[in-house]
Amino acid sequence: MLISGWGQYPRVEADVLSPSTGDGIQRSLRENDAKPCIARGFGRSYGDSSLSSTIVSTRYLNHFHSFDDATGVLSCDAGVSLDEILGVFVPKGWFPIVTPGTRFVTVGGAIASDVHGKNHHNVGTFCDHVLSFRILIANGDILNCSPSENRDLFLASCGGMGLTGFILDATFKLQKIESSFIEETTYKADNLEECLALFDEHNAATYSVAWIDCLKRGKELGRSLLMLGKHSSAGGYVDLKKTTPSIPFNMPIFCLNRFSVGAFNRLYYGRVREKIQKRRVHYGPYFYPLDGIENWTRLYGAKGFVQYQFVIPKDAGLEGMTSVLDKIAQSGAGSFLSVLKVFGKGNDSFLSFPFEGYTLALDFKVSKRTFELLDQLDAIVHDYGGRIYLTKDARMSDQVFKRGYPEWEEFQAVREKYGAIGTFASFQSKRLGLDV
Amino acid sequence: MKKVMIIGATSAIAEATARIFAKRGDALFLFARDQERLAVIANDLKIRGARDVYTGLYDALEQQDMANFEGALKQLDGIDILLVAHGVLPDQKVCEASVDDTLRAFDINGTSVLAILTYFANIFEAQKKGSIAVISSVAGDRGRQSNYVYGAAKGAVSIFLQGLRHRLVKSGVQVLTVKPGFVDTPMTAAFDKGALWAQPEQIAKLVVKALDQKKSVVYTPGFWGVIMLIIRSIPDWIFHKTRL
Repeated sequence: MLISGWGQYPRVEADVLSPSTGDGIQRSLRENDAKPCIARGFGRSYGDSSLSSTIVSTRYLNHFHSFDDATGVLSCDAGVSLDEILGVFVPKGWFPIVTPGTRFVTVGGAIASDVHGKNHHNVGTFCDHVLSFRILIANGDILNCSPSENRDLFLASCGGMGLTGFILDATFKLQKIESSFIEETTYKADNLEECLALFDEHNAATYSVAWIDCLKRGKELGRSLLMLGKHSSAGGYVDLKKTTPSIPFNMPIFCLNRFSVGAFNRLYYGRVREKIQKRRVHYGPYFYPLDGIENWTRLYGAKGFVQYQFVIPKDAGLEGMTSVLDKIAQSGAGSFLSVLKVFGKGNDSFLSFPFEGYTLALDFKVSKRTFELLDQLDAIVHDYGGRIYLTKDARMSDQVFKRGYPEWEEFQAVREKYGAIGTFASFQSKRLGLDV
Repeated sequence: MKKVMIIGATSAIAEATARIFAKRGDALFLFARDQERLAVIANDLKIRGARDVYTGLYDALEQQDMANFEGALKQLDGIDILLVAHGVLPDQKVCEASVDDTLRAFDINGTSVLAILTYFANIFEAQKKGSIAVISSVAGDRGRQSNYVYGAAKGAVSIFLQGLRHRLVKSGVQVLTVKPGFVDTPMTAAFDKGALWAQPEQIAKLVVKALDQKKSVVYTPGFWGVIMLIIRSIPDWIFHKTRL
């Protein structure tokens, strides 16, 4: 069948296997021995990281195994989604310690992408709270991995894009909450310098993220809204409303241009009238604003879109961000939502994306001009010592990847040791020179 | 809190439905063939909020397994809802070439369901309350060359349920016939999926809604009611020219 990642680019022809048990996966691997395969959860990675000629879906591996309500330690299959975890555990007063910007990701995907959230500066990534997982490796063995057991495989698999084996289930911690609500405080920043200063000033905030208007230049470059949040103790436990608006079809491509995006951005910025605005908001719209619109990616038209997320070191901050934003503003290739965030320290996993610095995420619809712009951005990001998030990537070159992730050789060595090369591969791993 | 018994609890539709019951805090007794998978599902349902979850062995080809129902009723301490969901999708071509395969498919999808219903009908009739829901299929609405062995068994189940409903209505017992169309489950893994396909979670929601609303027959999703009305209405001389 024809299948793609979340950005609808690229689309490829693939066999999708959906085994219902761990044994079924072992069988799928055996029967598929000649061709490499890749695990896929909800397919929320944007580009080609969950795409291969054979895809093994975790859709039926979605069972909870155990939960300890004294410690908040949860064990579940890799195909369980954060959405299901929220549905079951928020009413009991528990919440994922780390959640990305969509709740429609699986636990296996969250580990393979080593996802981060708005609290990375405080708590690190998803994998920093994973106590252990079991992984099916190429020879059919199932290994237990933790920061102390099979540590090399643990470090390669966290953020390893599914290229080391098939993660079957995981054990990780949830955090205690007292209600479904978030106390949100929004600050208006007139430019990038002010925004970064606000991040610094509020580095103790539980959650923080800024939305940037990428079309502004000059004195207004980096005009932004900084949104801080912390878990509220008020409001009780309220289910997330399930009725969501949906984009029924791909929008004609001309709907998204610098004028429409400019208008959207003006509205979004103008929505906050005061310099500081406080409100209590349900965790749903706070963490997952776009989950409220099903199939929102169709806004980008039938060709799909690419997301570009990079991180640059803290000391390169203002200067580096300024040159990137300048480049984007010059190009006029508007990004619908551009999100800026401060990362805390990175972890030891070989391909984990975050390190201490600033990260910016941008969407662009797929076009020749976009790809040219992104190549230029790659060069700027590299000059400032940065790198690009593999989970969002659909187009970077293997040189850009290898420069950005100098530990790729250790990663490959672990893959070799566990026989993963040639068994677990994606179109992305081929493009990045990790598989042939 | 309801007391729910599910036969064929490892089926994708049954499991999705059980998750809704679990979230409500119901007590569940699950029957299936594969005890290992059943244990995983039972554990999961407990964490999702089910008050109690018990499991038992039932193989549709082993009539003596029905002896396990009595103990289950005792352990659950009664029954409010029975959901019968087991089945296989036989390969029509294989069945055409084999009497054994045809009868085996009919036993699993048809005869065993009639046996279960015969046993439970008396229990529900005596207690004068509760709901019996059975996953039949749109395939039972009209025999088609591509799928009539499966269709015949489902058709038998649908007619049986029609009669059972007639009998039990005066006892205040709901008898619900669920007729799913194409559902994307392990049973249909070999098919290419198009716009008419539904997810098991969708079917599960509709089953629970139909139970709550005391419905008699539901097509899931609802548009299959229209499709099957048309398919049933096509005269033979046209129907026979189709490849359906």
